[in-house]
Amino acid sequence: MKSLLINPVLNKEIKLRFRSFKGFLGVFFYLVALGIIAIGFIVVNTMYSQVAIFSPEQSRIMFMVLSVVQMALILFMTPGLTSGVISGERERQTLNILLTTPQSSTSIVLSKLISSISYLLLMIISSMPLYSIVFLFGGVSPSLLLTTFGYYLITMITIGSLGVLFSTLIRRTIVSTIVTYGLALFLTAGTAFLTIVFFEMFFYQNSQTVLPYFTAMVNPAIILISSFEPYMLQEIQQRTGIDFPLVASFIITYASITILSLWISIKKLRPKMKAKKGSGKHE
Amino acid sequence: MIETINLTKKYGSFTALDSLNLKIAKGTVFGFVGHNGAGKSTTFSILATLLAPTSGTAYVNGYDVTKEPKKVRNHIGYMPDFFGVYDQFKTVEYLDFYGASYGIPKSERDKLIPQLLELVNLANKKDEYVDVLSRGMKQRLCLARSLIHDPEVLILDEPASGLDPRARIEMREILKELKKMGKTIIISSHILPELAEMCDEIGVITNGKLVASGSVASIQKQLQANKIIHVRISGQLDQAIAFFEDDPKISGIIKHDKYEDTLLFSYTGTDEEQMDLLKKAILKDLQIVSFSEEETDLEDVFLEITKGVDFS
Repeated sequence: MKSLLINPVLNKEIKLRFRSFKGFLGVFFYLVALGIIAIGFIVVNTMYSQVAIFSPEQSRIMFMVLSVVQMALILFMTPGLTSGVISGERERQTLNILLTTPQSSTSIVLSKLISSISYLLLMIISSMPLYSIVFLFGGVSPSLLLTTFGYYLITMITIGSLGVLFSTLIRRTIVSTIVTYGLALFLTAGTAFLTIVFFEMFFYQNSQTVLPYFTAMVNPAIILISSFEPYMLQEIQQRTGIDFPLVASFIITYASITILSLWISIKKLRPKMKAKKGSGKHE
Repeated sequence: MIETINLTKKYGSFTALDSLNLKIAKGTVFGFVGHNGAGKSTTFSILATLLAPTSGTAYVNGYDVTKEPKKVRNHIGYMPDFFGVYDQFKTVEYLDFYGASYGIPKSERDKLIPQLLELVNLANKKDEYVDVLSRGMKQRLCLARSLIHDPEVLILDEPASGLDPRARIEMREILKELKKMGKTIIISSHILPELAEMCDEIGVITNGKLVASGSVASIQKQLQANKIIHVRISGQLDQAIAFFEDDPKISGIIKHDKYEDTLLFSYTGTDEEQMDLLKKAILKDLQIVSFSEEETDLEDVFLEITKGVDFS
């Protein structure tokens, strides 16, 4: 475990990522975007009211808006940060050399993922002061905030693992990036659309279907919103007739995708050699 | 030290490497010669555990590259023909990263890295960003990197490619130094005369097949049986051509493409027979201005050996 946490590739990735001006700019623009939304929300809500009051209910809505925007930003950034981690090294012709070092494929792949995620975490943690505005006005419990951040983390890791997977399998970064973005888009807009379509289709036929459950359970945005509006969960579970909690299905599905993606990445990073038989020592 | 047995690599129907058998003893500097796409880099990639062979086996230091790749990696220093560097690293950090990758403790790395930079003449560039180094410097840095874990075997794919003459000489001096250190080196280059000076043995590969191998001297001897002779003639060239064509040991008479008064042909006779040939030619009143043997170097050996091989 120690070798996984303190290892050269992770060190290198973090050093290079946080050293570059680009890394700083990323955090800067992230916070600017979120800040504009938070302050804009307050301005718009108080501008036309007679008394300049920002109620806890408004604060709660602002929290929701901020959270959804943050989720959108994460979904937007994770593919960009991870879909080039392996193919990028291949394109810069540094991968070959890296692969001739005795570092295990597991440690290379995990380091790449962890360093990308740590950068995303930096962004999210640095956005926390913005949330203090929400707490200033009340309306949201700290546990809800933690739950939200938990969903972010799961989403980041899973989308990130998919990015690493495509980056390993596809030779060119640009293709890998497009595929990862495509999949991220499908997991959000695509499944949301399908969920609605399925509901509409079967609602009028007065029959029950399990399909929307499956499209909803892989959608991080639906899961996130449902944590603010619990009736949504009940609605989905009632209408589909599946009692198993949707959030649990989300966690299980995403964990499985992550494990599978990372496992394939680790297997495919280096060429497949013959199975180990005997000692292999010659002469 | 390095051994390949019927090593074969196929890409679909294309055979990049065809039953390659090599045996390189410890401490030998082995030069691998061949045109682009002959299979040199494929061989090196397999030895460096980057590519799985289709069939056959390869051993480095007694370890099978497919069965114990991790052990092989600990024993080789590999320098690919094309490589990149992490631009945002400083020279020292670059080496430190790879040192750490080989599990060398920090305290040892701190001692080792200045020595390596000294060896490759980059000591004064230790705090420069890798990005700003020249091509030759990057090449030497990459060589230093491949030495960081003190491997017994060095696999150097075209280490002098793209370097200017001065940088090439520097690279050659470093390789001589490494040879003195007792490293087993397998090196490929298209600059053959340079290899000849450094290598104990040479292998020539074309279309994935080893067509000749042995000591530099023995390969050069192969060529000596077949020398190229230049004859400069003042006057009737046709008469001279007719005369030389009669000799059964002469073949491929052509006019020199630059000097119209000069003939070139390939000659397989001994030195004595060559003396006789010249005597007869003079007695025939051929008006010979000069009669000389072409200086041959490995470049010609290579061209000679690979002659008649279909490069398509």
